[in-house]
Amino acid sequence: MNGVHDMGGMEGFGPIAPEPNEPVFHHRWEARALALTLAAGAWGRWTLDQSRHARERIPAADYLRMSYYEKWVAGLVALLVESGLVTRKEIEDAHAASGAEKSSPRLTADSVAVSLASGRPTLREIAAAPRFAKGAAVRARNLHPSGHTRLPRYVRGKLGTITRHHGAHVFPDTNAHGLGEQPQHLYQVRFETRELWGSAQRNAVYLDLWESYLEPA
Amino acid sequence: MTLRVKALESLLVEKGLVDPAALDAIIDTYEHKVGPRNGARVVARAWSDPEYKRRLLDDATAAIAELGYGGRQGEHMVVVENAAKVHNLVVCTLCSCYPWPVLGLPPVWYKSSPYRSRAVSNPRGVLAEFGLALPDDVEIRVWDSTAEIRYLVLPERPAGTEALNEEQLAELVTRDSMIGVALAKKEVAA
Repeated sequence: MNGVHDMGGMEGFGPIAPEPNEPVFHHRWEARALALTLAAGAWGRWTLDQSRHARERIPAADYLRMSYYEKWVAGLVALLVESGLVTRKEIEDAHAASGAEKSSPRLTADSVAVSLASGRPTLREIAAAPRFAKGAAVRARNLHPSGHTRLPRYVRGKLGTITRHHGAHVFPDTNAHGLGEQPQHLYQVRFETRELWGSAQRNAVYLDLWESYLEPA
Repeated sequence: MTLRVKALESLLVEKGLVDPAALDAIIDTYEHKVGPRNGARVVARAWSDPEYKRRLLDDATAAIAELGYGGRQGEHMVVVENAAKVHNLVVCTLCSCYPWPVLGLPPVWYKSSPYRSRAVSNPRGVLAEFGLALPDDVEIRVWDSTAEIRYLVLPERPAGTEALNEEQLAELVTRDSMIGVALAKKEVAA
């Protein structure tokens, strides 16, 4: 979706504000929000791509106004309700519905270390051979899906060069919508600054792009 | 937000969906166990051991796992090397992708709109905001983390550090130098 989250190349957000000796969390609720998101995610009711898309679906004005972990909380509530783990009424009441069945947590304290250390790899084996070889000239396709995508607006229609093949990876555009992993070959693509921004500087931007985002140039 | 998150947690605990002790363990991991000192050890090893550096640039995920780091948000790692005429900078324009196992959780500025928007279109201006001015003939390579590949910058080893051991070298490696908004420190703080 052409949302405000796709902000590469925009201006007007003000100066960058690094904070010396920044703590990992500024408030305890931020730490709880992160942990709740990971622990609830262990139920496997939604994918990483679905959770990203839940945050992208926050209305644009709210997205820009909210802090990072406020967005996480909003995304988590949306995922909990949409997945049926929790009802909207339970969120409003801050209590389980009477007679609701009690579950056993998927993620327990003694399994946290293993869970975090194993992660969720997205590399998959697929039968199809990669369409593009290293060094190939490609153009990012001019796609504007209304759902989730990882093809930023600022590279659409632009010419680039394949610099690396990462193997096949889970495809976010389907995986974010319950349409399966549908893995595709994933490539690292180099775009020259001149091509992207019309600047004479000899810089480049690299993106990791799935095969269906690209066409031969 | 404090009350709102507390209410959400108590609901999820009441329904048996999350274990409060697991939440504590997750928080403890990212506050005390996983952070940029992990990445600094990787960089210091690469500076000290050319064979390790070769493995790191060839297959970063495996080389980083040799030091015991890996997992969530670092499942597929790539390390990009700074050189005299090449400087690397990592961003995630679409959200906040960041290599957790080697750098921990990202700082607020990395996740902020000003950084996400301008790092790709004006990296030199962004670096200037961090006080880093690079010569005009240095090529800046910006890595936009659009997939599940996570990028770590291997900063240049500062001159005059030949006598330092690996542990001392790791002291020179800051979080910001592994994102690419700074260079490694030139000397160990007294």
